[in-house]
Order: sequence, then structure tokens, then C-alpha cells
Amino acid sequence: MTLSRTILFGGLLSSLIVTAALLSFLWTPYDITQLDIPNKLQTPSATHWFGTDHFGRDIFSMIMVGARTSLAVALVAVGIGMGLGVPLGLWAASRQGGWTDEIIMRGNDLIFAFPSLVIAILITAILGPGAINAIIAIGIFNIPVFARLTRAGALPLWQREFILAARVAGKSPARISLEHILPNVANLLIVQGTIQFSLGILAEAGLSYVGLGAQPPTPSWGRMLADAQTMVAFAPHLALIPGLAIVSAVLGLNLLGDGLRDHLDPKIRVMRA
Amino acid sequence: MTLLTVQNLSLSIGPLPILRDVSFSIAPGEIVAITGESGSGKSMTALSVMQLLPDSAAAQGEILLQDRNLLTVPEPDLCAIRGNDIGMVFQEPMTALNPVKTIGAQVVETILIHAATTKREAQAQAAAMLTRVGLPQDQFPLSRYPHELSGGQRQRVVIAMAIARRPRLLIADEPTTALDVTTQARILDLLQDLVTEFDMGLLMITHDLAVVADMAHRIIVMRHGEIVEQGETQSLLANMQHPYTKALFEASAHQVDLPPQRETAAPILSVQNAIRDYALPRTTLFAQRQFHRAVNAVSFDIHHGERVGLVGESGCGKSTLTRAILGLEPLQFGAISAFDSPVGPDMPAATRAKIQVVFQDPYGSFNPRHRVARILSEPFHLDPNAPKGATLANTIATVLSDVGLTPSDATKYIHEFSGGQRQRIAIARALITKPELIIFDEAVSALDVSIRAQILDLIADLSRRHNLAYLFISHDLSVVRTVTDRVLVMQSGEIVEHGDTEGVFTDPQHTYTRSLIAAAPVLPDLKEAQNAPA
Amino acid sequence: MLRYALKRLLSLLISLAIASVVIFAVIEIAPGDPASFMLGLNAQPDTVAALRTELGLDVSKAQRYLNWVGGMLTGDFGTSYTYRTPVGGMIRDRIWVSLPLALYALTLSTLIAFPVGIYAAARRGKPGDLTVMGATQLGIAVPNFWFAMMLVLIFAINLRWFSAGGFAGWDEGAAAALKSLTLPAIALALPQSAILARVMRSSLLDILGEDFMRTARAKGLSRRQALFRHGLRNALIPVLTIIGMQFAFLLAGGIIIEQVFFLPGLGRLIFQSISARDLIVVESVVMLLVFLVIMVNFVVDLAYAAVDPRLRART
Repeated sequence: MTLSRTILFGGLLSSLIVTAALLSFLWTPYDITQLDIPNKLQTPSATHWFGTDHFGRDIFSMIMVGARTSLAVALVAVGIGMGLGVPLGLWAASRQGGWTDEIIMRGNDLIFAFPSLVIAILITAILGPGAINAIIAIGIFNIPVFARLTRAGALPLWQREFILAARVAGKSPARISLEHILPNVANLLIVQGTIQFSLGILAEAGLSYVGLGAQPPTPSWGRMLADAQTMVAFAPHLALIPGLAIVSAVLGLNLLGDGLRDHLDPKIRVMRA
Repeated sequence: MTLLTVQNLSLSIGPLPILRDVSFSIAPGEIVAITGESGSGKSMTALSVMQLLPDSAAAQGEILLQDRNLLTVPEPDLCAIRGNDIGMVFQEPMTALNPVKTIGAQVVETILIHAATTKREAQAQAAAMLTRVGLPQDQFPLSRYPHELSGGQRQRVVIAMAIARRPRLLIADEPTTALDVTTQARILDLLQDLVTEFDMGLLMITHDLAVVADMAHRIIVMRHGEIVEQGETQSLLANMQHPYTKALFEASAHQVDLPPQRETAAPILSVQNAIRDYALPRTTLFAQRQFHRAVNAVSFDIHHGERVGLVGESGCGKSTLTRAILGLEPLQFGAISAFDSPVGPDMPAATRAKIQVVFQDPYGSFNPRHRVARILSEPFHLDPNAPKGATLANTIATVLSDVGLTPSDATKYIHEFSGGQRQRIAIARALITKPELIIFDEAVSALDVSIRAQILDLIADLSRRHNLAYLFISHDLSVVRTVTDRVLVMQSGEIVEHGDTEGVFTDPQHTYTRSLIAAAPVLPDLKEAQNAPA
Repeated sequence: MLRYALKRLLSLLISLAIASVVIFAVIEIAPGDPASFMLGLNAQPDTVAALRTELGLDVSKAQRYLNWVGGMLTGDFGTSYTYRTPVGGMIRDRIWVSLPLALYALTLSTLIAFPVGIYAAARRGKPGDLTVMGATQLGIAVPNFWFAMMLVLIFAINLRWFSAGGFAGWDEGAAAALKSLTLPAIALALPQSAILARVMRSSLLDILGEDFMRTARAKGLSRRQALFRHGLRNALIPVLTIIGMQFAFLLAGGIIIEQVFFLPGLGRLIFQSISARDLIVVESVVMLLVFLVIMVNFVVDLAYAAVDPRLRART
């Protein structure tokens, strides 16, 4: 089976970002904790590939370390969403029409009624800003996405005859959910997981931009953009480069997700919200 | 004079050859039926005439509607022909109509596309046409939506749309396959009447040979994209030339060699006064909940080794009763017991193992991610004495051989098997716990006739070897007649008639049974037909 | 239809009630007493107590919740801890920026997405479709606040067509006000329209595979006629859901875009209130946003019923 160009390109872009993030633990071209005021606001050159910021820090190195923050926040948030959303969705589907189903789904609707940013604001209003709170805020919003998706994928399966056969064998709903339903919605979850991952990166960037995400000195793409805003007129590369980093990461993951969808099951519908 | 002449039509979709050298013709007022098993190319022949093929399709030959070759007519002209000169009726009435438009608007549309007339006039014509197909305006006004109608009524709307412009040719692709037998009879009557009244040609695509023999003037038998035999109905039935035609008709009328029933002892399954209600959605927020009684006071027994049939139309409560017998759903009143213990969601594992089931859909009955061995061992789930390791492998091998497959099939995934083979695997799964009672829930309804005949033989054979009792649930009367000793007839949740199978079929007592038997199309006795003058 | 609407209305009220309890409870968890915070560390206990009474903080939690909800129902959103002015007035000034911005962006997004999605579906697999789909992939990947910064860089700083930020105010006339909302609305709308166009396309393609589309062709409709007469309305059903979700997103997303353009909207208000720990303002603004989102979902539910007769029939 050959992989499509979409998967290859998306995969390449995503792995580039992941590699940069992992590499930053071992090596960056410059030490980003060292300020170098004389060399501030340099445009891209052979010594500083992406230029330097207003403290003279190397932007290429900051992008590498920033990738770490973005990926970590988005990945953990997807983990929270899947870890809680998938079991809830499976449970709701196994009790279709019952009050358990009703309560789980109405709870999901309620979370959906709070725009994700509003949740983040509420959380930071109470707990104060920070990467962990950004993770919680994005993660909470991922729960209903996975719960709805899992339930929607599971409901038609519960009508299938192989599920009836398992019930005739005396298997419990929990066991049927794990043994028969989950493997058959796995494709759906992989594809949506990739998309949520990319949305998580976008959300993290937005929260950091307004100061609700990772706090200094942890570098993050969103805060680099916030810092760049006042200087955009005379140092546009400060705004351009972190933005392009976000676009490549999100584009890479989206293409990967769509490519996987076409590869695994073209009928899968992805939720984007 | 012929209306439609198809000459040497060959068709391929992409690299895939679909039809080869298909030639036939239809005269006005003539009913021509194309029949064959799935994959024979019969539906593609119909869509070729309609020129509604996928983009990647390439056709050669000629399709002459009177003197115009439809293969060379440009698309805008084809649009003027479709719906005006050729009408088409499809298989699935539940999805053939646009759910967000009224039935009136949909019939009116056919008229307005093709005729320069006022909307008011078109509505009057549509109303007349709906009345003609059996949907009078006082009960079925133009403002009705499709979801407010039953399947048979929707098919009438589709027919009204197809004939609204009084086309010269009507194509009907499996028009009654999705319908109940009594509805089917009425729709077929309607089609026949319309052919006579409008002097239309009717090209009928159907897999049901009894329907074909009943109403077609001429029969075309197809296999693998080619016509194997065609001819005038009476003479073709009397004098089949091609072995495939003979095999097809024989399989349709297949009689299994059912071993005589042995002496029966005490009942192994006993259903007493079973009642199952479903709550309907509330009509208003605080209204008293309404209930639909799916199964109403049903009582019967099945004895050891006894083969019992259960017939009835869709919605009669067959499926609900099946689920109750399998212990998947509780009853509101009454009781079911099997092997001297109660049946229900909490039934003992040993009882569960003694009742197994074979479902209808050979494609939906198995987890596509499991191998055959895992699928077959699922019924052992609750069995404390379940075989393990080599014993389990042996059991699986035995049961696979039992149903005519090979032990090496155990390691394959389900997508590697054909529909008929899958149904054998479903039977193997039902046999593995050595049950004494098997429920066959429409187990042969989704199969082509030749495969169906093989599976029915297998069932009879298993009954002989294992002295099995089974409950055979089907809407197909001819099948039930050949594989059962006793039959129950179910209507609206109740058993309206039961008795010895031959007795019920030859001398039905209840009016409903009589109407079912009368509605079911029957294959003519071929030996008799051969003696009759052609 | 009426029954359907009433049922949706009831579920709307329940959602609002639960949301208000959740928001109130979350704000209650927040550490620190507003009165002590306002008066600083050196305040006398009796001054704090007096302020607590003045702010209505000296009654039980249940009573405070009822006061808050009851107040909102009569248009009284309480008094800001920081500014000592009615929260209702503060919100009224700001909502005339945030709400028009969200509606402006939603209109733009829909106006772009519908033709693009229909175009792509009609040319499925052809170069036009592939180009459009590639562009939408890019559109989805662009963070709207960064896109906003780029718009400022190009259209405000370099071309000087628009001002880089600030709001002209409605007193200066609708044209001037809308002009200052144009760049923010574009920044919000383009990424959303990319998503909406993709949904429109896939929804249409789904419908093209339906049996009734073949029936429509069998009647003699051309591909295009079948698409517009039978496809579009059916395809609209999933698209409506996304439009509803997008409105919620645009309202919230506006909070960030307002930061880029220095717009005096709800976003600015909420950030100022958070840094001043003016929790009553945060509480009320969040409740208002949630109220708007729930209202939009209600409207979408009604729109469903208008499009789909099957829903009208079902209770």
C-alpha cells in the first residue's frame, strides 16, 4: 500500500517540528537564556538564521524551544480529551436512550456552550495564568469532542449484528465496548486526534498571546508574537517567523490527519470547532 | 415495431468490464424482465438505458429509443428524454425521495421540467397521477412529506413521478424488493395496469424469479455481464436451453431433503403469554407515556429436534420476539423458559450456550477486526468448561468442516470470504457450543438463490446429523415451507395461526395467512409448464 | 413546530440555569475576598466589613447567587468592585463592539464559504477543486491573531488604507465604525470560512451520493439543477451546525482579536477585570457570552426545523 502525497508531506512537516522540539533538549544554536543586547533585532543572516529579538536572543533557538511548549501543551490536552472523552462516549453509547446517555450528552452540550477561550479565562481568573492551566482549559474542551465522536461512531455499531452476537454470548456492555466497539472506532479517533492536536497548538498560541499561557521565561510561539506586536512596523520578521512556525505545525498535522482519513476510511467526518 | 433496441452493448467502468454484447428489445405494452444474481449486470443494463452511469463508464454498441441512439445523444437532450420518454423506479423507496420536499412538489417538478404549463395545471396533473397510483388527494394531499408515508406509499409516489409525463418506456429496478409481500403484490398489479393503460414498455429488473414468471412477457437471464438466455416467458420456462437458467430456476424452487421429525419429548423452549411493550416518544412534554405493544400474548413451545417456522411481515414483532427468546430483552408480562430455566437478561450461562442464533446480514454479523477463530470462540465467553488451547483449535476445526469450510480458514479475516461462506461461518459460530436450539433470523434472506439453496441444504443436513431444533424466522413463505415441520404466523404482535406447515400452507384458516399466501408470487411448476402448449 | 420550539426553549432555560450555577460556583472557588483585595493589606476589619455589606457579600452563598441571577434578569449586573460603577453600563458600552464584530465576521465567513464550497463540490477532483481545497488547508492552519497582525502590517502600516487599531465609535456614523471593524472581521472570518467551505463541500458531496439525487436526475434534471434544487437544502443541515459553533467561536475569538486592534470590546473588559480581580465583571461577562452562545444554538435548532420537515413532525 502506498501512502499518499498528503500523508508524506504532512508527516514530513510534523516530524520536522517534533524533531526540532526533541533536539532542543540536547542542543540549540544559541543559549536562549543569554541576553545579547548589542545584537538585538538583527534580520535573518548566516549567523542567526531567523534573526534575533529585542533582547538579542537567537530566534531559531527560541522557535525550537517554543515547539516544545506548543507540542507538550497540545499533546497533553489531547490526552485529557481522549482519556476522559472516549470512555464517556463509549459509556453513553452503551446506554443509548437511557438517562446515563442523556446526562453525559447534555453535560457535553454544556461544555460546548462555553467557548474554549472563556473556559481558559475562567480558569486563569481563579488559578492564575500558566502552561498547566492552559492545558486544563484546552483539555476540558477536548472532552466533549471525543465523547461525541466516540458516541456517534459507536451508536451505529451497536445496531450491527456482530454486537448482537456478542450479547447472545453473554458479554457485558463494558466488555463489548472494549472488545468490539473501541477497535472499530479507532480510525475515527486517530484522525480526530491528529486534528485536535493541531487545534491544540492553535489554542495554546492564542492563550500565550494574550498572556494566559506559558509564562516567562518559558518560551512559546504565542508569546513571541505578543512581544513582536509593538515592533511589527520596524522588525516584521519577529512576527513573521513564529507565525510561520505555527502555520507549518498546524498545516502538517492537518494534512497528516486528512491523509490518514483518506488512507484508513474516507467516510470519516472530522469535527472542526 | 419496437420501442427500445439494445444492440451489442458493452460497458466497462474504469478498467473493469461490466457488460458484454448485451442485445434485447422491448415493444410498447410489453413487459421484459431481466433477472440474474448479484453482479450479473442487470442493474447496470438499466442504468445504461437511462444513461445515468458513473463518469468513468465507457459504453459501446447501440441503445436505440425508437430511432435515436442514446449513446450518442448529447447530455442536454438526454435530460429532455429522461423523465419524459423514459421513467425510472428504484429499489429503495425510503431513500428515493427528497426528504425536505413535499410529494406534490416532487411530482410537479417532473411535469414542469418537461412541459410548458402553468404551476397550477402541473399541480392538477400531479394530483391526478397520485390518485391514479392509489394515493387519493383526500388522504394524501400534495402537501405531504415523504416521511409521513409508508414504504409502499412512497414507492407509489416514485411511480407517479416516473409516469407523470406518460413516458413510452418505464424502467423498474427491483421495485418491490424492499417491500412486504402483500405490498409487493399491489405494486406489481399497479405496474401491470399502467403498462396496459399507457401502452408503455416496461423493463423490469428483479432477482425474484417468481415475480418474473408471474408478470413478464419476455425473460432475459444474465450472468457475469452477459445474457445467457432470453425468450418469451412461456416457452423459456417450458424449454430452458442454458444450464445456468435451469440451475437458477431449480435453486429458486429448491426443496430441501428434510429428515423426518423424530419422536418429540418435553418442550425445550416454552414461551408463555409473552408481552413486550416499547415506550413511544412523548407527544407532548407532560403527556402520559404511550406504549407500542410489539409482542402481544404470544405462547408456543418448541420440542427437542423440532423445526418451527415463524412468518410475518416487517413490523409484526418477529425481531422483538427473537430478542426476547435470546434473553437480550426483558418481557413486561409472561415468561419464556428454556431447558427448565427462565430466559432473560440474567439467564444462566449453561442455558445461553444451548440457544444460539444466526443473523441475516452476512456482512454485519462479524467484527471485521477479528479472525475467524476468535469469532467462533465468542459463544464460549461464559462457559466455565470452555475448551482451551489445542482442544479449542480442534473444536474450531471440526465445526468449520461441519459447515463445509476448511480448518485453515480459522486464521483468516472475515473480509476474505464471500457472502455465502460468511453465512456458513455464522452457522459454525452457532454450532460451536453444541446447542440444542438455533434461531435462524432471516438467515438466508440476503443471499442469492443458488447460495440460498446450498445454505438450506446445510441446515437440513445439520438437523439430520445433530438432531437440532430450530426456529426459522423469515418473510419468505416458500423457504419456510421447505425447512420446517410446524409454522407460526405472526401479525401485529400476535400469533394469528399456527399448525403443521403443510396444513397451514394448503388450508390456511386465518384471513391474514390466506392473504399472505395469495400475495406471494409462486414459481409455476416447471414440469407442468413444460407439458403445457408453448 | 410550536411544540418543537417550546421544547427547545425549555432545554435552553435549563442550560442557562445550569451554566449560571457553574459560573457562580467557579468564581466562588476563587481565593481571596474582593473587599479585602480592594482595600489593600492595611485595611481595618470594620472598613472591610462595611464594604462587604455594601457589595452584598455578607449574605449566604445561595442568597448571593439568587441576588446575582435575579439582578441579571432585571438588567442589574451588580457594581464593579474596581470602578464602583454598574457592570451593566460597562457591558452595554462594550457589547456594541464585540457583537457587531462577531456578526460582521460571521457574515463574511458565510459569504465566502458558500460559493467556494459549492464551486469545489461541483468540480470535485478537478484542478479548481484541488486549488480551493489546498487554500482552505492553509486557511485553517493560520492563527487568526497572527493573520490580524499581518493584515495590520500590510494594510495599515504599509498601505495605510486602514488605521492600525482603535474603534471609531458608532457616534461617528456606521461607515466609520464598520471600517474600523473591517480588518478585525477579516482576520476572524478567513480561517473560519476555510473550515465552513470544507464542510459545505463535503456535505454537498455526501448528498450527491444519495438515492434521491439519482431520482432527480432520472426525472430529467441536469446535474446543476439537481444540485441546486435538491442538494443544497439537504446539505445545509450539517452546515447550519457549524455556523452555530462558529458564532460561539467568533464571539470568543473576538476577545483575542480585540487585543490586536485595541478595540474597546468585551475582551478588553474581561482582561482588565481579571488583572484587577474584579470578579463580578468577569462573572457577568462570561455569563453573557454563554447566554449568547446558547441563544445562537436555539436559533440554529429552529433553523433546522425550518429546513427539515422531519424535525417539525417529531416533537
